[in-house]
Amino acid sequence: MTDIVIKAENLGKMYTIGHQAERGGYASFRDVLMQNARTLWNKSKDLATGKPIIQGDTLEEVWALKDVSFEIRQGEAVGIIGRNGAGKSTLLKVLSRITEPSTGRVTIKGRVASLLEVGTGFHPELSGRENIYLNGTILGMTRAEIKRKFDEIVAFAEVEKYLDTPVKRYSSGMYVRLAFAVAAHLEPEILIVDEVLAVGDAKFQKKCLGKMQEVGTEGRTVLFVSHNMGAIEQLCSSAMLLKNGQISSRSDNVLSVIKDYVFVHDSSDAPCYWENPGTDEFDNDYFKPLKFYFSDETGGEIRQMPVRNDEDIWINIVGEVRKLDPALYFGIGVFTETETFLFGSMFFDGHPDVWPKIDIGINTLKCRLPKHTLNEGVYKVEVHGGLLHKEFYFSPGRDNPKIFFEIKGGLSESLLWLEKRLGLFAPVFEWKN
Amino acid sequence: MTESSSTHPQEHVLIIEPGRSEKNYWTDLWRYRELFLILAWRDISVRYKQTIIGIIWAIIKPLLTMVVFTVIFGRIAKLPSDGNAPYAIMVFAAMLPWSLFSNALSESSNSLISNANLIGKVYFPRLIIPAATMVTAFIDFLVSFIILIGMMVYYQFAPGWHMLLLPCFIILALLASLGPGLWIASLNVKYRDFRYIIPFVVQFGLYVSPVGFSSKIIPEQWRMLYSLNPMVGVIDGFRWCILSGNSSIYMPGFLLSFAIIAFFVWLGVSRFRKAEKTFADLI
Repeated sequence: MTDIVIKAENLGKMYTIGHQAERGGYASFRDVLMQNARTLWNKSKDLATGKPIIQGDTLEEVWALKDVSFEIRQGEAVGIIGRNGAGKSTLLKVLSRITEPSTGRVTIKGRVASLLEVGTGFHPELSGRENIYLNGTILGMTRAEIKRKFDEIVAFAEVEKYLDTPVKRYSSGMYVRLAFAVAAHLEPEILIVDEVLAVGDAKFQKKCLGKMQEVGTEGRTVLFVSHNMGAIEQLCSSAMLLKNGQISSRSDNVLSVIKDYVFVHDSSDAPCYWENPGTDEFDNDYFKPLKFYFSDETGGEIRQMPVRNDEDIWINIVGEVRKLDPALYFGIGVFTETETFLFGSMFFDGHPDVWPKIDIGINTLKCRLPKHTLNEGVYKVEVHGGLLHKEFYFSPGRDNPKIFFEIKGGLSESLLWLEKRLGLFAPVFEWKN
Repeated sequence: MTESSSTHPQEHVLIIEPGRSEKNYWTDLWRYRELFLILAWRDISVRYKQTIIGIIWAIIKPLLTMVVFTVIFGRIAKLPSDGNAPYAIMVFAAMLPWSLFSNALSESSNSLISNANLIGKVYFPRLIIPAATMVTAFIDFLVSFIILIGMMVYYQFAPGWHMLLLPCFIILALLASLGPGLWIASLNVKYRDFRYIIPFVVQFGLYVSPVGFSSKIIPEQWRMLYSLNPMVGVIDGFRWCILSGNSSIYMPGFLLSFAIIAFFVWLGVSRFRKAEKTFADLI
């Protein structure tokens, strides 16, 4: 069972980003003519005045993938992780033949099905039944195959009653369930999946994870991109970390790759300090985070990790409140190394009398993380917030402002607890007799 | 589910390389025939799902155009018909291939853009998308063919054995639209201007092609030049089949039209295949 089913050698994909790409990927013929006329004019002007002619004024070459080589054995479930723009989706697109690589070569043995999106090709006007056939065929199933699995698909999606209703009348949950159900019944030798588990409610997600695990145990090869480290850890037998279009680590030890991703221990990748880069990325009408950092008892900023567990840590959020709304709230979310959401805390946690006062303008809020709470390790803190029950501007799982801290030492005054303890937390509780 | 064919992965070996032209492109196309059919079926069923009178639209358009042309060219301009054939039937015999051609052309050239979500997310030979629109256009053709039968009954005009050759000309009309359709579809991905060209070509072509009149009225010395329009050959062919002995095909002109159609199909397919691999990046 060690046949290599996918072999990639020096794979590269280059995109030329220039004037055209900035305006949404396509140009109109008129614009091209105009631009050519303009460059022609500029060039002749430069020629006349004796200046050097500059070719391709705003063209830039970007390598979305570069020198990527790997081998995948049959039956392996490979988790591909990396930040946005690291080249994960490009890699999947190359492997599923949607786009051609610029360099290198891939050899694939076996039938591939790729699932880069749930419900590709779903048509809102068509009924659930019709869409099952449409989507199934698009994903590469034959009509006979779909017919055979039809009841199974419908049962999995739990949409029996609405089979003949156009899917535009479906709730978004039903829509997603139906779409995933079709995809879950694909039976290729190699399955390529891009971030599709992040849909549906918790119960359905669990069902999907179960289904994916089943696929893994049937000896099929799975390539799986996700930002959900829990799912990667649970489903994958090996993992690959992409960074700037290159493989930065690849190992059968999934956890170690995840750690490489979440906590790369150089200060630029796991910063304990965040400042708004000045882009509009975190803008909304109500609240704009400006600064996010840790401080100690005395209010002094902590710029050095690790910290000891016998000191309180203060988490500071500095932000500009632009509009007051009784529903406006913000706070923090704390995650472990494997992206498990440990807990969240908002400024309205306590009795209304002790809530901090929020005004228009710049506010600084501090949250105390009591000593002797967490275990040794590295943790991530994110800004969360929004308008309560209305809008989630900074929801868990998004690319929120985040900072990291590491706890080492000072677990307790006991002589026996000197090292990292088992479990997520390391509280010091009171014992009596 | 034990009979699934997942036993010998070695059977399908796929190599992905830049610039590698797909060896088994055409067999792949055959493998994806079900997708072809289902896309065509989707287009047809979606089109009529939100209309009240549904398929009747496919009847009204050519019927009204035929009436207008018969009145203007036949009654007012008093142009001659082909032989003894009623003018209305002669016009309609040309309306059929013309609407087949123009529907197929406009739909195929827009097809890639309207299926952009598929192109970015799944692999299949892209040729399937524009090819599937041919089926849709053909269904509309079949519907309007009913009118022709009705008219023949009304005018008591019986077709001859020539009618049996009509399928050849139907295929020819589809090929005539497929060539430019593929070419423009692939250009459309990069330069969206081309979608404005099609309505213009279709409208202009309706008057340039011998739809409202017989191609007989073109002076002999110009007929070769006139046949550079590939639809001239197709329309003459249709009239020859439907009007039997009343219409004749001008052979040199027909062969020229045929050659031009063949050239455009070759051009369209080769352009399309060259551009195909970059569709997902550009669309």
